Amino acid sequence: MPHPTPVAKRRGAGKAAVGDVGRPPVAWAVPGILFFAVFAIVPLAIAVYLSFCTWDGLDSPTLTGLDNWTRLFKDSEFGQAAWLSLLLTTISWLFQTPVALLLGVWAAGRQRGRAFLSAIFFIPLLLSTTAIAMLFHALLDPNFGVVRTIGPWLGIDPNVMGSSTGALLVVAFVGGWQFMPFHTLIYQGGARQIPEVLYQAASIDGAGLVRQFLHITLPQLRHTMTTSSVLMIVGSLTYFDTVLIMTKGGPGTDTTILPYLMYRTGFQTYDLGYAAAVATALVVVATSISLLMVRLSGFGSMRSTREGM
Amino acid sequence: MRSGIFTQGTRTTRWAAAGAAMVMAGVLAGCGSGSGGSDSGTLTAYVYGDDAVKVQQAAVDTFNKTSKVKVKLVSVPGTDYVNKLRSAMGSPSAPDVFFNWGGGSIKPYVDSGDLVDLTSTIENDATLKDGFLPSIMTAGGLEGKVYGVPMRGMQPVMLFYNKALFAEHKIEPPRTWEELQAAIKTFKDAGITPFALGGSDKWPELMWMEYLLDRIGGPEVFRKIQDGDTQGWGDPAVLKTARTVKELIDDGAFGKNFNSVDYGNGGAPTLLNKGKAAMHLMGSWEYSTQLGKAPEFAKKDLGWTAFPTVAGGVGDPANVVGNPTNYWSVNARTKHKDTAVAFLKTMASQTYAQALVDNGDVPTTSGAASMLSGSPNPQFATDQYDMVRKAPSFTLSWDQALEAQYATPLLTEISKLFAGKTTPEQFVEAMKAAK
Repeated sequence: MPHPTPVAKRRGAGKAAVGDVGRPPVAWAVPGILFFAVFAIVPLAIAVYLSFCTWDGLDSPTLTGLDNWTRLFKDSEFGQAAWLSLLLTTISWLFQTPVALLLGVWAAGRQRGRAFLSAIFFIPLLLSTTAIAMLFHALLDPNFGVVRTIGPWLGIDPNVMGSSTGALLVVAFVGGWQFMPFHTLIYQGGARQIPEVLYQAASIDGAGLVRQFLHITLPQLRHTMTTSSVLMIVGSLTYFDTVLIMTKGGPGTDTTILPYLMYRTGFQTYDLGYAAAVATALVVVATSISLLMVRLSGFGSMRSTREGM
Repeated sequence: MRSGIFTQGTRTTRWAAAGAAMVMAGVLAGCGSGSGGSDSGTLTAYVYGDDAVKVQQAAVDTFNKTSKVKVKLVSVPGTDYVNKLRSAMGSPSAPDVFFNWGGGSIKPYVDSGDLVDLTSTIENDATLKDGFLPSIMTAGGLEGKVYGVPMRGMQPVMLFYNKALFAEHKIEPPRTWEELQAAIKTFKDAGITPFALGGSDKWPELMWMEYLLDRIGGPEVFRKIQDGDTQGWGDPAVLKTARTVKELIDDGAFGKNFNSVDYGNGGAPTLLNKGKAAMHLMGSWEYSTQLGKAPEFAKKDLGWTAFPTVAGGVGDPANVVGNPTNYWSVNARTKHKDTAVAFLKTMASQTYAQALVDNGDVPTTSGAASMLSGSPNPQFATDQYDMVRKAPSFTLSWDQALEAQYATPLLTEISKLFAGKTTPEQFVEAMKAAK
């Protein structure tokens, strides 16, 4: 801003005491803060408190100190669930990012029929997760589903939901299928922001499509990628509905990821104290991974990708 | 920052903030006070919401005509029932009377003193005492005490089979273990899955465990576990049951895909009615399921029989497992206990039993036999009633008999055993260790 002082004067007219000129007063944030406090901070605090209690939901919670937490670190089922959650997150990221990135960049262009196809790609996001899970469950029925007929041609065992790896891959696939349009949209928006001149300059210098993609599009989309990845990772770590409907954590416990373990412990076993410990652990893990990603990618420093332009 | 949030900014923003704060306060207050379920003059009854609710609604309507305190029936959708009841019982808006499965499903409420002990009430009341089949009354009780009055039809687990397939391969439905093994071989050779099994739902697998343990070790083995002795899982009969399950799986009795077949969405019933599977061990509701899915098949080719004997087993082959029935229990905090008991008494009436029969259910009242000829499916209803009436013992489904804290791990462990993730020995160890 070349002339900050006159602007400040005009805004601050009649209220000389206001110090931070040009920024809205803190009072504006009150509704937001209250909302966040009541619906996020307070429940989170209660969950943390409950994680030190034994509670069956009927009587009052009784404090049992670190019992739930020592149990958590010894529980092989928790270990398995944490491992499966990480595995699912990794698979989801590896599956969704390349496809969403390419689709998004493609959708940002001006090709014929682009708007029409983009609209079609967007459809999965509009369906409810439950509907999608039921749909895939029916398609993958080993005796009467489509997988019975066309599975063998594609080298897919019709019993894919009955095998450990198969079931986990199906869960990752269904989640990816549903959320890819969302990430495509993010990448599309990101790609639209890239100044046209960069491509024009690159063309003049003789760079082909692939080189333009690698040296202009990808670096310019760095922040978009962080945004999308954080959403993807947090989404996968808290992924639940599809598991509940399609596999119920099975076969055995081979798709019992952390959120499902939490649900089972909390709302089927009614061991709400231990479930709260699982939930708290999940919050800690998801938050640390997000923070770590933001830190490592340099997203937090808010440096522009257009520096020097 | 020196100034507080309310002293900063213009008058408008201050008002907006204050308004928002008040809205939030209202929300908070709303969370705290639940609307009372039992206002004076009303008795709230929670019932599992499915097709049968109309029978209970009719009973409530009749009862309300003469009663001063009115019963209000709340139909809670089936899938939410257990959770909704659980949260309601811990709140000020708890129901006065509620539907349950007896056994472990009410144990937490009994333990926290939430239920009225009906033992003496029933003992002193001829209508209630002689009104129901004895095995049904015992099955729903807890440690010798009665907390519920039967209120719906019986649901024993039976062996259903496809008559056409048995006729085609010229064999009879199995009555002994040898016959069962012979049948498995015959159907396997013909490319037919011997037993349909909805393994992805887990509880259909449980039915196999229940019957096998009952036939191998008798009902006492599970009784002991149900009464709180987790070491009861260490009984040799449990290990033998788990080993038998493994043998059945290895023999291909359930085919290869059963882990991804479900019951809820119709996978296993369809296998039976399409002739892809020969038999199906399932609760008696299988009949109406088939009637809905494949009416032709249900009327012509659906057969049913008792679970076969198991070689070397000590259990009485006439024993039955499943859901004896559902019960009404009374909340100890109710203001209208007498009305509640009076309402429960109507469950033993002829009229109510007749309404159940008309709905296709088999009532658990002692005088129901004569009514069954009027049932939409008299033969099935009579066979089912006789099976339960003659049964020396009716073991309640394990997942209902045990408290949720044991039942959920049990289902998980059984699912692991069936999926081949654990050995029979590991299953026993895991169950013994369940906390």
